[in-house]
Amino acid sequence: MRYILALIAGGLFGAGLLISGMTDTTKVQGWLDIFGDWDPTLAFVMGGAIIPMAIAWQLTHTRKPLFGGSFPTPADPKLGRNLIVGSIMFGMGWGLVGLCPGPTIASIGFGGWANLSFIAAMVVGMALAPRFGRALDARLDAG
Amino acid sequence: MEQDWIMGLIGGLLIGLAGAVYLLGNGRIMGASGIIGGLIDGTARSAWKERTAFLAALVLVPLLMVPFVTNSDTHLTQNPILLVIAGLLVGVGTRIANGCTSGHGVCGISRLSPRGIVATIIYIGAGGVTVALLRHALGVI
Repeated sequence: MRYILALIAGGLFGAGLLISGMTDTTKVQGWLDIFGDWDPTLAFVMGGAIIPMAIAWQLTHTRKPLFGGSFPTPADPKLGRNLIVGSIMFGMGWGLVGLCPGPTIASIGFGGWANLSFIAAMVVGMALAPRFGRALDARLDAG
Repeated sequence: MEQDWIMGLIGGLLIGLAGAVYLLGNGRIMGASGIIGGLIDGTARSAWKERTAFLAALVLVPLLMVPFVTNSDTHLTQNPILLVIAGLLVGVGTRIANGCTSGHGVCGISRLSPRGIVATIIYIGAGGVTVALLRHALGVI
């Protein structure tokens, strides 16, 4: 049953990304382009997505997951260096081409070679990330 | 333009519904970078089937819907240098920050998580500066 729910969630996520226009990089870069022809669509997508999720988080207080396991522990309030450095790097890459992990996977089937090249580089980046994080810690903690 | 906002809202509700199903059913946070990254660096070996199922549907459903939507063009740059640099930045960045637009943005903000809110402000800010510099100052993108 967990696999069926994972399929449903992945399918809804993909459908939502396509319908909302978030697989279109011009809409994403348009949202980030405050000095150009600014496109507010992303705010509507984010706002729409937060509504069902906020209700879901409320429901987690009084029950358990339907199909095993437990809910994630309360959000960690600590704002570490990795959160800040990582988010800056992510934002730069996101702005550069207008892709983030969800939409790039959702457009594997129709995004062509350019999209696949981005994914290949992203996978390499994800594989190198633990090493990069340790190197960053070592350098900054020593200095 | 107005229709874009309505489609954005409808698509957004579906994205939120997906996250709600994954959370209430399986007890997991629907973060795209976490689901992919855990498979790649081996930190989530035990849940690999569930993650693979999620990703398979994430690829297949939009592909099947393409004939029925008016605009499925990604308008993605074809410049290989930009694509590789951006891919590396997104891959490393989302993993060391432990989340992306879906994990920190959708799942984090809806939980009023300070980390999710701060991460989202930072990556939107960094993205805005990048577009401003590369599009308007340098004219590269």
